[in-house]
Order: sequence, then structure tokens, then C-alpha cells
Amino acid sequence: MSIKFQVNKIRKDFPILSKRVRGKKLVYLDNAATTQKPKQVIEAIRKYYFAENSNVHRGVHYLSEIATQKYETARSIIQKFINASSEREIVFVRGTTEGINLIASTYGRQNIKAGDKILITGMEHHSNIVPWQMLCEEKGAKLVVAPINEKGEVNLEEYSRLLTENVKIAAISHVSNALGTLNPIKQMIELAHSKGAAVLVDGAQAIPHLRIDLSEIDADFYVFSSHKVFGPTGIGIMYGKSNFLESMSPYQGGGDMIKSVTFEKTIFNDIPHKFEAGTPHIEGAIGLASAFEYLSNFDWQVVMDHENELLQYATERLKEIDGLRIIGTAAEKIGVVSFVLDGIHPHDIGTIMDEEGIAIRAGHHCAQPVMERFGIPATARASFAFYNTKEEIDILLRSLRKVKDIFGNV
Amino acid sequence: MSNLKALYQEIILDHNKHPRNFRKMEDAYCSVEGYNPLCGDHYIVYLKMDGEVISDVAFEGTGCAISKASASVMSTILKGKTRSDAEELFNKFHHLVRGEVIGEINMDEYGRLAAFAGVSEFPARVKCAILPWHTMKNALEEKKETVSTE
Repeated sequence: MSIKFQVNKIRKDFPILSKRVRGKKLVYLDNAATTQKPKQVIEAIRKYYFAENSNVHRGVHYLSEIATQKYETARSIIQKFINASSEREIVFVRGTTEGINLIASTYGRQNIKAGDKILITGMEHHSNIVPWQMLCEEKGAKLVVAPINEKGEVNLEEYSRLLTENVKIAAISHVSNALGTLNPIKQMIELAHSKGAAVLVDGAQAIPHLRIDLSEIDADFYVFSSHKVFGPTGIGIMYGKSNFLESMSPYQGGGDMIKSVTFEKTIFNDIPHKFEAGTPHIEGAIGLASAFEYLSNFDWQVVMDHENELLQYATERLKEIDGLRIIGTAAEKIGVVSFVLDGIHPHDIGTIMDEEGIAIRAGHHCAQPVMERFGIPATARASFAFYNTKEEIDILLRSLRKVKDIFGNV
Repeated sequence: MSNLKALYQEIILDHNKHPRNFRKMEDAYCSVEGYNPLCGDHYIVYLKMDGEVISDVAFEGTGCAISKASASVMSTILKGKTRSDAEELFNKFHHLVRGEVIGEINMDEYGRLAAFAGVSEFPARVKCAILPWHTMKNALEEKKETVSTE
């Protein structure tokens, strides 16, 4: 079933969007930090606690069976939504950050040795830098960075050149959180595979904007956070090809990740449970699955056209402002417009906009090397979701003129 | 006066755009770094002492209008003050930006500092206003470690 995309109707699914903040209509343009939740997701979580709450994979009682069935059905819904080949490849984690740390601590520790290299790009979020730095430090391996150009695109020639035989892992973002750059991920994965490197894709900023087809892009690992794709916080997905997951040692020890335990020896559970020690975030899994069910109602091409139109419109309008510079002007961009204003710090822009009910992000966006690349300490960032409108961008622009007025009269 | 106008007073905007004593001091008695890593405000505050008296103050770095103006106004006020004057002003400034002053703000008492009273309406920005002052206090006490107010 697909329904026509009508933004004003869709906004009604998101209760918070009709809230007023500081006496003004909320204009929520901080979607790259976290997205708002549709009432379908909120209701699914509410229903779970009202009628279905129990622990999973344990009791023989009615509620435990229901909770287990909902939790495992959630896994299956998620698997189908991202077109992974098996539910066994879907591991529940706390979020993108934990997913990357899990891979670095298991696959990374098992496969990286002194003298090996790990390749990342110059646009990575701290969460796709620091776990690899820690691993390199531990193993005596080297972190190599594929540089980005002045538009915020990965230089593919440099990327290919840096992909030498001793690069064992390439860890790359699908979409940049600070710049909005959409990487040619399929091509980058093919290049890395041709040199024998395993590829991890940080999909945190791609998943709310694109329909991800894992069978098509062929990443060995793909990680994302639920809260960035209209689901609850505290849960995310670490997808791994089953042969990779099978070869990996467990991440944490505890209940649920075992088949049998004696004081002498523990036999670990099969994948994906091997990586899910302890009672999981059950309502989180159910909430994320309901977000994906909600998103399945849309004709995704229409959604993407709407988002693209928003980004184009915001970019054009921002160019009208004297002294404004857009940071990140890649040919292929999604969802984010980062900018700086001459003589006005992003935090002051953020504070003035907040008084108008506009939520944007100001700061380094956990991507300090990106800021350094562009020679700036911070940017102001407006980031969009499909529920945003051109009218909201007009309000953003009016507010920016007010910022200029306040700072201009000195 | 709206909250925003109270925050971005002319004196603050002026000191942001034309910061006073904004330079490196080569022969400082003590210099300390102030850095709020989450927001990125980053300054070095330099002090020169003549016995108990602060004979010169300077600063350099980058950050938002509130932090930069705070550092600049602070630098103009502290020159010629004693150690104990500086500590008293530090406390006074804290009370002011945290909204702890009871009753009207006495202009004779607060002088240029009064411009920062509006910060108290913006709890997220208090850390910006107090960063230079904490950095100065550490310099005064010859503590070398980087200061953060986050």
C-alpha cells in the first residue's frame, strides 16, 4: 500500500510538531541530532507496557511468550526493511556508537595486527574515529584518512590510492552529519573489497532519508541508531554478514548470549544472540520496528523528492544572506545545511533562533576534524526530515535576518 | 525589554566586535587556557602582577559573543585591581549571571558588569559568560591546568 505524500497530513502523526515553544510555533530543524516520533511509535511502546511487558527468551508464561514474539518479530521487520538476507544478521545494540565499538572490539581485535591499516574518511563523526584510534593504539596499527575536498566530498582518487593491501578495514559514513555529503558508497565498498578490506558503513544519517537495500550495497557491516529514524532512543542496529558474525567472538558476556554455562566452560549462543548479553531494550526494538512499519506506508520516491526540494530551497534562500557561507557543497547532498555567518558565532545564532521557537544545532557536531578542515570552530546546522516544510525554512530565514539585525548595529 | 535585547546589549555586541586587550602577552606573570570542549569556546587569559595589584590583563582566542565580551569587559575592569578586589568581582559576576542578585541591580556597584544580567535568563549560556572569569581566577592562583565551565 502506498499513500500520496502530503506533508501537512503527515505532520499530524507527530504530536510534538504542533507544540509551541517559547510562545512560538515549534520549527524543528535539528533532525540530524534526533528525529521526532510518530504517534504510531509512541503507541506501540505504550501498548507494550500496558499489556505485553515481560522478559524475553526466558519464562514459559503467557506474557513472556508475547514479549519474545514481539521482540523477534521486530527483528524480522527490521531485516526486511533494510533487505538483509537473514534475521540472524540483525543485532540489537544501543546505537551507532555501540555498533562501531562492538565491531572494533571483536572483528577488529581478531583481525588487526601490528602494521595493518584502517581507512576512514575526513568527514567521519567522532564515533567512527575514536574506536579505531583505540584499536590502532592497542595493536600498533595505523589509522589512515582519505581526505575531503573543499566541497566536502571524498577525493576518490586519494581514497583508491590509500587502499593498499594492508588496509584490513574501511570504515566510512554513508552520509556526513556535519556536511550532508552523500558518499558514493557502493563504489567505495567495491574499491575496498577489491583490495580485500572489510567495510563498515556508518548509516546513522542515511537511514532517515534513503531506503537502504543492504543486498545491493554489499557492506560487510552497516550500523545505525533508531532515534535518528523516528524510533526510540537507546537502541540501534548492527548489521553484519552472517559469515562475519559467525567468525566473531562475543562482545559482552552474560545472560542470553550463552547456550550453557558451567564454571569450567561456557558455550556461546548462535548469532545474533551471541552479541546480545543481558535483558535487551525490548520496547526499543518494538518501537523501531513500528517506525519502519510506519515508513513502509510511504512511496519513498515521493518522500525523497520532497526532502530534496526542501534542501534545494533552503540552500537557495540561505545564499540570499550577505556574509553567509555554506559549509559542505557536495554535488550529492542529503538532509543537512551547515553554515557560518561573518562575525557571528553559531551559538549566538542558535540562542536567537531558539527564542523564535526554531531548533537548530550549533557547534562542532562531534566532527572536529571536519571543522578543522574548513578552518572554523563550529557551524550552525539546519537538518531536515520529511515532515519539514518550505514555510519553516522561510521562518528560519526571517530569524537569520533578525540575527543580522541584532549584530549589525554595532 | 525582550530577553534577547537584554542578552545582546550594545556593550556586549561592541566588546564582541571590538574586543579590548585582545592580544598575546609575552611577559605574563601567569597565563591559563579556558576551553569548553562541547561548545568550542577557547581562550587564553594573561595576567601581569605588580605585587598584589593586577597591572595588566590580556586575552586571545575564539568563541561566542557572550564569552568574548565577558573576557573583554573583564580585562578592562581588572586592570589596577588587587587580588582580593578581583576575587570579589569574580563572586559578584557569578551572582549576577546566575540571577542570584536580590532586588535591583545597582549600577554604581556593578558598572559595566551589569550588561551581563540578561545572561541569567539563558541558563545554557551561563557557562559562556563565566569561562573567562574562571580562567582568570586560575591564573591569579597560578594554577596551570585548563579550565572548563561545562
